Amino acid sequence: MKGLTCLSAILLGSLLVSAPSYADPQSDQDEIRTFFQKRFPKVELAGFADGAYAINENARSQWLEIEEFPPYEDAVDEGQEYFETPFANGKSYADCFPNGGIGIKQDYPKFDTDSGEVITIEYAINQCRTSNGEEALPYGQGELAYVSAYMASTSRDNIINVIIPDDERALAAYDAGKRMFYERKGQLNMACATCHISIAGSQLRAEITSPALGHTTHFPAFRFAWDDIGTLQKRYAGCNTQVRAKPFALQSEQYRNLEYFHTYMANGLPLNGPGSRK
Amino acid sequence: MNKLTQLLTAMLLLPLLLSSAYADNIAEGKEISFDRKKGNCLACHAMDDGELAGLVGPPLMMMKVRFPDRAVLREQVWDPTIRNPATSMPPYGRHRMMTEEEIDKVVDYLYTL
Repeated sequence: MKGLTCLSAILLGSLLVSAPSYADPQSDQDEIRTFFQKRFPKVELAGFADGAYAINENARSQWLEIEEFPPYEDAVDEGQEYFETPFANGKSYADCFPNGGIGIKQDYPKFDTDSGEVITIEYAINQCRTSNGEEALPYGQGELAYVSAYMASTSRDNIINVIIPDDERALAAYDAGKRMFYERKGQLNMACATCHISIAGSQLRAEITSPALGHTTHFPAFRFAWDDIGTLQKRYAGCNTQVRAKPFALQSEQYRNLEYFHTYMANGLPLNGPGSRK
Repeated sequence: MNKLTQLLTAMLLLPLLLSSAYADNIAEGKEISFDRKKGNCLACHAMDDGELAGLVGPPLMMMKVRFPDRAVLREQVWDPTIRNPATSMPPYGRHRMMTEEEIDKVVDYLYTL
């Protein structure tokens, strides 16, 4: 009898372990928005798409001047050329995406219920290449970032609409991304949330920490620190390095899950990529 | 006599040596605090004659009044999450961003502010 009680305790325990209670993405989103609306009451929801420039007048006016002659224009043109150049088999990027790949960025990252993984737009670009017999491109910058920048430019003003399907694996991916966002890392012991939620909008030396809400709208971005266009995940790796944590590989499962969580919170915001950033 | 002279000289010099070592500590403590690869305190705190200081943490001033117990101030540098788990300040000692001696020097310096 005692053994039986023990056994049922173990069974109950394993049940508890095997059925984790996932966060509710919708209530996460509400919580983050309420937080930022309280901190920056003058900024409308769509305004968060402008990042740190939504919350600092001085930085904003400099940025608006830069955007009059955007530093990313050549990269977008180059991206369009790559996008329209057929592969060796005669097909092209347009054949891999809905609507010929035009104006679709707002739906990414997507959860693929066949493979059970999160598909970012950059990941999909390389999937398109390899399924057509082309080599995968290096992630982060260069040709792939230009193609992605072009695709983003055709999606400007579209409203972010990331969907988390009713699938336990999708919720698990979202949850893993969320954990990654809030977990402290590196020698500096900082989480994404430390700078971009807790102290968002504060002056860190001469820089202003940008709100997490709206980060994903304007990538790939032209950063003056890079002097080029780069992807959101290149920035993730840069942030990890800055807090002296070992970055994950670009488009690793970890970063794709993070991007899933990070973009979901921005649902309803307009896309305005590629953007220019300090 | 010789021994007495030596002893007297030592008695006279020792405080001088100690105080100059202490002054060295303070100067080094300031250097470590301002060094972007070490303390980088100015990223978040206004202090001393530091320029373009951040505004995340409180200005570092009147430290002896705020931290009458030196051990508490030292602990705050070594691992600020002990007193405030939600802090954004890095644990300089716990994560070995500074050596124990470097932390002592930083605390010597902070106590002059």
